[in-house]
Amino acid sequence: MIELYEFLTGPAVWVSFSIFIGGLLVRTIYLLGVSLERDRVFYNHVDMKWGLRSIFHWLVPLGSRSLRAQPVFGIASFVFHLFLFVVPLFLQAHNMLLHEAFGVSLPSLPESLSDILTIVFLAAGVILLIRRLVKPEVRILTSAWDYFLLLFTCLPFVTGLFAYHQIGPYQSMLIIHIVSAEALLILIPFTKLSHVVLFFFSRAFIGFEMGTRRGAKTW
Amino acid sequence: MSEQLEKPVNTKAIKELLSLNDSARIKSWLSICSRCGLCAESCFFYLAKNRDPKLSPAYKVKATLLEIYKRKGNVDRAFLQKCHDIAWGECTTCKRCSLFCPFGIDIATMISTVRSICSSQGVVPEGLVRTSANYRESGNQMGMATEDFVETCTWMAEEACDDVRGVEIPIDKAGARIMYTVNAREPMYYPQDISMMAQIFTVAGESWTVPSTGWDCTNLPMFAGDKALAGQVVKNMYSKALSLGVEAIAITECGHAYRSARFEGPYLAGYRDGNPPVPIIHSVRLFYEYLRDGRIKIDPAKLIEAPVTYQDPCNISRNGGLWREGREIIQYLARDFRDMSPNSEYNHCCGGGGGFIPMGPEFKRRRMESGKVKAEQIRATGTKIVIAPCHNCTDQINDLNKEYQLGIKVVSFKELITEMMLLPDHLKPVEAEEK
Repeated sequence: MIELYEFLTGPAVWVSFSIFIGGLLVRTIYLLGVSLERDRVFYNHVDMKWGLRSIFHWLVPLGSRSLRAQPVFGIASFVFHLFLFVVPLFLQAHNMLLHEAFGVSLPSLPESLSDILTIVFLAAGVILLIRRLVKPEVRILTSAWDYFLLLFTCLPFVTGLFAYHQIGPYQSMLIIHIVSAEALLILIPFTKLSHVVLFFFSRAFIGFEMGTRRGAKTW
Repeated sequence: MSEQLEKPVNTKAIKELLSLNDSARIKSWLSICSRCGLCAESCFFYLAKNRDPKLSPAYKVKATLLEIYKRKGNVDRAFLQKCHDIAWGECTTCKRCSLFCPFGIDIATMISTVRSICSSQGVVPEGLVRTSANYRESGNQMGMATEDFVETCTWMAEEACDDVRGVEIPIDKAGARIMYTVNAREPMYYPQDISMMAQIFTVAGESWTVPSTGWDCTNLPMFAGDKALAGQVVKNMYSKALSLGVEAIAITECGHAYRSARFEGPYLAGYRDGNPPVPIIHSVRLFYEYLRDGRIKIDPAKLIEAPVTYQDPCNISRNGGLWREGREIIQYLARDFRDMSPNSEYNHCCGGGGGFIPMGPEFKRRRMESGKVKAEQIRATGTKIVIAPCHNCTDQINDLNKEYQLGIKVVSFKELITEMMLLPDHLKPVEAEEK
């Protein structure tokens, strides 16, 4: 078990982060390469003011007309995305590991706050899941893979929470926590989760296309 | 029909189109769509048909283009027929959904790609096939001969002189400031539109001309999925403007013609920088400038007292950026303006766009069903006058008027302005002086 833990918190971290970052880089560079010839329309009408506004309004909570019409989803998806970054990055336990390994770390949130944020994150995840199941126009689009990705994104949070509070078998819980988080990182570049990067490009494009060329807001 | 279904599919052509269209945008859009369903509420087809989830924009792409890519182009006739029904019968490429998608996915562009793929296999609505043949033969959608067009212009200039003295319609006048292009339906069915425009140009003191070729600014091949022909159609117009040395090409009150000439045409015609070789100006913008600059003055006694509303044509407002100008013009013409909700760049398509009107009777039922949203929008304003600066909007709203018994009248800016403008003394018709 110790060897497994050491492997997962050692080489496996390097591998998963390399694939995560390298994969996203390769994919982005590949798409930019394709775009030079086939997406002239992306470059022809660049106006960063429109591009940035198009991005900004969809990053802030209820910044768009579309989300204001569905405030529950708007807030749930905002919270889900925000805490997906905040909790793991500013978790005390993670930063202790970071400090042990590199001697540097990010500031940490109080543990009780991390707990609350994790639970809020999971609650948001549940709202997204329920919405997928009950709204016909969302359900019809959702494949098994979409359900899997949503649940799989929540898995490291559930197992992390359980491991911290020693609910269930601690060691297995910890192992599942680490494996699922690493697997998730690896999945990101190869799935729709690549929107973590591609979001910015597609939003900038529609900002140029509708904003620069027509003066129309896309939010 | 069964014969149609048995015809072999040229998979090679589909594969070529898939590869040609496999841009970074389409690659990204197809892979990142997170199936959130937000686009559904933006679509009037979805709203009009009792929120049928199969009418959400994301579903329409998932059922067509995504599937074609997954199958690497190996699709059969039955599948293409299904794509045809979706790409033409359930979408007008109005681009409203792009404003409601968190990723700003341009679904209309993907539906246009589906149309191209169907078109490569000859699976295209009959009405559009007919117009494409006309464009090929004559350069205009009605198949009108040049001499007939020129003759119509001459005749209309004479007619216009009854209202405004000395109206001329100069044909192919090199060095004019503006080359005015029309929708081929005007010389064919509504020649008075040309007469009205000639009166407005005359009163505004405009230097203008009508070209004898490239005069039809419509571009239905753009909606029929025939990009090569669509490119040729705009090239006819651009090259005529270049040879006449005009400063700008003006577009009649037609929505998709502006989308074609100004936004999509340069790409269809192969201009790498995406800009038309000659500036394009829509008549909504032109009228606004005339009124703003006092080149056209409105008779205050004729101001419209009854409440009016404005139909934002998708390709003039959202996709043309001219929703403010449209409303500015109305401020000069009417006292009681009541906007629809939603409006401006968020306005709903009337249901007649994207080629729907020329697609003909077999699509009329759907057109009336999906037009319910527009009919209700109009009814809610409580107005009986709808200003629509687009021929397709006008036809559709006239049909909706009958279908939903709205009791309204649809008018264009041309009609209102010619009726209401003040004539300077030297332009008053001869008869009026004699009386």
